[in-house]
Amino acid sequence: MIELEGLTKRFGSKVAVDDLSFTVRPGVVTGFLGPNGAGKSTTMRMMLDLDNPTSGSVRIDGKHYRELQEPLKYIGALLDAKAMHGGRTAYHNLLCLAQANRIPASRVAEVLDTVGLTAVAKKKTKGFSLGMGQRLGIASALLGDPEILMFDEPVNGLDPEGIHWIRNLMKQLAAEGRTIFVSSHLMSEMALTADHLIVIGQGRLLADTSMADFIHQNSRSYVRLRSPQQERLRDVLHQSGLTPVEAGNGTLEIDGATTEQVGELAAEHRIVLHELSSQRASLEEAFMQMTASAVEYHAHSAPGHGPQWAPRDKGA
Amino acid sequence: MASVPAVLQSEWTKIRTVASTSWTLVSAFVVTVAVGALLCALLASTFDDLPPTEQATFDPTLFSFSGMALGQLAMVVFGVLVVGTEYSSGMIRTSLAAVPQRATFLFSKIVVAGVLALVVGTATSFLSFFLGQALLGERATSIGEENVLRAVIGGGLYMGLIALFSMGVAAMLRSSMLSLGILMPFFFLVSQILAAVPYAKDVARYFPDQAGSKIMQVLPQTWNGDEVPYGPWGGLGIMLLWVAASLLGGFAVLGKRDA
Repeated sequence: MIELEGLTKRFGSKVAVDDLSFTVRPGVVTGFLGPNGAGKSTTMRMMLDLDNPTSGSVRIDGKHYRELQEPLKYIGALLDAKAMHGGRTAYHNLLCLAQANRIPASRVAEVLDTVGLTAVAKKKTKGFSLGMGQRLGIASALLGDPEILMFDEPVNGLDPEGIHWIRNLMKQLAAEGRTIFVSSHLMSEMALTADHLIVIGQGRLLADTSMADFIHQNSRSYVRLRSPQQERLRDVLHQSGLTPVEAGNGTLEIDGATTEQVGELAAEHRIVLHELSSQRASLEEAFMQMTASAVEYHAHSAPGHGPQWAPRDKGA
Repeated sequence: MASVPAVLQSEWTKIRTVASTSWTLVSAFVVTVAVGALLCALLASTFDDLPPTEQATFDPTLFSFSGMALGQLAMVVFGVLVVGTEYSSGMIRTSLAAVPQRATFLFSKIVVAGVLALVVGTATSFLSFFLGQALLGERATSIGEENVLRAVIGGGLYMGLIALFSMGVAAMLRSSMLSLGILMPFFFLVSQILAAVPYAKDVARYFPDQAGSKIMQVLPQTWNGDEVPYGPWGGLGIMLLWVAASLLGGFAVLGKRDA
C-alpha cells in the first residue's frame, strides 16, 4: 500500500504537483493517468524518494522510502529505460543492484530469463534498443520479488509485440496479488490493464475511481442523425421532449434517446433521414474532456468544443 | 538501514565491471612510471652540466616522481568517472532506489574507489621511486635514507587523495564533463602556472596539489622550492582538508538536490 498525503512539488514558481493525496491499494492494477506534463513522473520520483517534496509525504506500508531496509524487496520501479550504465553488461548492471539489497546472484539470471534477455545478458547495455532497455528496467524492478511494482509509461516507444508483452506481464503480476502502479497518458492503454484509476492534470487530482465506475459514468450513449429537413425535425423532437444538439456538418445529437424512438418519430411526421445511428463516447474522449482545462501544452488548432461532451471539431 | 558490507560489495562490482576503471588506473600507473623513468634517465646523463647550486639541492626522491604531474590527471579522470557516470548514465536513480540512504551510498562508493586509488597510487609511487633511482645511477638515494620512505608512501597517498578530491567535485557538479573541464586545466595548467608567479604563489601553495605534493619532497629546499609555512605533513593535512571539503560538499549536494 502506498499513501500520498498532500504531496506538493514546486520548481521555482511553477507547481508541478499540487497537494496530491491518494492511496494505491494492494492486489489491483492502479492506472495513473494524465496528459504529458501533468506531473506523473515527478510524483513517481517523489514516491521513490528521488525528488524531495516541497511539502507532504509518501508512505510505503506506513514507512518513508528512506526507512525501508533493502527497498528493492518492497517496491520495484521502472522509471526510465536508460537508467543503467551503458558500459556495463546487462548481467552486471543487475548484479550490483542485487548485491546492494542482499538479493542472491541467482535471482539475476531468473529475472533476465523472465524478461527474455538471457541471450544478451553478457552484452553491454549501450547497444540495447529502447525495447530491450525497457525489458532490462522491468527486470531490475522484479529483482527483489517485491509486493509493489511501479512502471512509468512502460509501453512508451515499444513495438506492438512489446506492448502486448508488458500488458500481459502486468496482468500476471496483479493476478499474483501484487500492487501495480502504472502511469500512462493513454486512456485506451489504461482501459485494457487498470482496475483502478487515478487521473491528474497540472499536478492536481482530477479523479480517483474504479475503472468500472469511470466507464459507467463517462461512456455516454447518444443518437446521431442527419436530415435535409432539419428545421422541421428539430421542432418535432422538441415537441416530444427531446433536446437535439447541433454537432456540426449538419448532424444533430440527442442524449438519452434510442434510435427506435427517433426513427418512429421521423416516420410519423414523414421526415427524411439521411443518417440515424446510435453512438457511444469513447473513454479517450471522456479523459480528454476531464483534463481539457488542465492540459498544459494545448494544441491551439482545435478551439471549438461541443457543449457538454466530446471535443470534436466543428466543420474543421 | 541498508547493510554497509552489501553496499560496499555492490560498489566494488560497479567499479570492476566498467572499462573506464582499468584504463584510467593503468594510465595513471604507466604514465607516472614511464615519464618519471624517462626524465631520470635524461637527467642522469646531463647532471654534470647543471649549475653547482642546482646540483647541491638536487632531490632524487622528488625527481623520480616527475611523471606524477601527468599521471595524476588519469587519477582525476578515474575519480570523476566513478561518480560522474552515475549521473551521465541516469544510473543514479536506479542506484538511489536500491540504496536510498545517501550517506551509505556515497561513502561506500568513495571508500571502495578511494582504497583502489590508494593501492594503485602506492604501487605507482614505489615503482617510480625504485626505477628512478636505478636510472639516476650515482645521484640516486635509497629508501633507507632519512625521510625517503615518508616521501614514497606520501606519493601513494597523494595519488589516492587526488582521486578522492575529484570524486567530491564530481558529486558536487553532478557531471563528468563539467568536472573534467574544471579539474584537468586546474591541475595541469592553472595551479602549476600560478605556483611560479610572484604573489600568486603565496595563494597557490595552499592549493590541494601544491600543498599535498610537499610530502614527496625530501630536501626542504630543492629546485624552485620556495620555503613554505608548513611541513610535509602539514601540506598533506591541507590537502586532506580540501578532500574533506569536497566530499562533504558532494554529500550535501546529493542530499539536497533531486536525483
